[in-house]
Amino acid sequence: MLRARFLIPAAIFILLVVVLGIGLTLDPREVPSPLINKPAPPFNLAQLDDPNKTISQKDMLGKVWMLNVWASWCVSCREEHPTVLALARSGVVPVIGLNYKDERADGLAWLARLGNPYQISAYDHDGRVGIDYGVYGVPETYIIDKAGVIRYKRIGAVTPEVVRDKILPLVKELNGNA
Amino acid sequence: MRKLLVLLLGLVLAGSALAKEATPAVPDPALEKRAVKLEEQLRCLVCQNQTIADSHAELAMDLKKEIREKLKAGMSEDQITQFLVARYGDFVLYNPPVKATTVPLWFGPFALLFIAVAGLFYYLLRRRHATAQQPLSEAEQARVQALLDAREERK
Repeated sequence: MLRARFLIPAAIFILLVVVLGIGLTLDPREVPSPLINKPAPPFNLAQLDDPNKTISQKDMLGKVWMLNVWASWCVSCREEHPTVLALARSGVVPVIGLNYKDERADGLAWLARLGNPYQISAYDHDGRVGIDYGVYGVPETYIIDKAGVIRYKRIGAVTPEVVRDKILPLVKELNGNA
Repeated sequence: MRKLLVLLLGLVLAGSALAKEATPAVPDPALEKRAVKLEEQLRCLVCQNQTIADSHAELAMDLKKEIREKLKAGMSEDQITQFLVARYGDFVLYNPPVKATTVPLWFGPFALLFIAVAGLFYYLLRRRHATAQQPLSEAEQARVQALLDAREERK
């Protein structure tokens, strides 16, 4: 009886360690997006490499595509860049860039130096479209289906694991079913 | 002389007109007050423990601008809040709505408090029982007596 009573604090302690341990593995930056399964917010922006041409989410209707929010000033974008580049080169999914709150010259120089995975980059200089997409930490990545509905959002750098476990299966599924 | 005065006045007015363009904040104090009040209830997603009003992060600055423009355009606080929730989720609210996913958040602390109070009561009741119902054994009685006597003698 006495033994059992002394075990209670130990049990509470272990419970606390477990709860806090789970807390440590969670990323507080990953806030569930309310945009999942909602139509991609409309935009019509100038293209990064040509201010006279525009790009809209409507141009991608009928295709499963990936929208990758990036900026030349963003460190994690550089981190994910080889992965995005490899994914784009594999041709599995068209990648459209959203150049977020960047200067045109900086963005273009960044792409020239590190390689350009984007079919087209939209130029969101004032970040308005970013607000519509709920962007708060670049890079962010969206997978949008043929009907123009957002099916997946990744906050933070895209890693090879994310591509393998999330993006590739989802793209396959979306291409197969629709 | 009068012409000169008019010219000077014109210059002064032109100067203030230009100056007005340069001020970024909303000049209307009532609107500014409403904007700040709203911003104090919204979380900055970049620096998650700050309100948008407190924060100087880029995104917070953009949202401050957006909120002011929307207020100016005649949108109500509720409409703006909904606009932001649609984009960033309930997480932007420092005062989250009560729904299935937020029930533990709202009532968890009260549940813990209830459990703790119930535990305390249980413990106190049991202790009272235990002390009341345990008369001293004969040996204990003798020891108490001995101690008391010893004290008497020392006096």
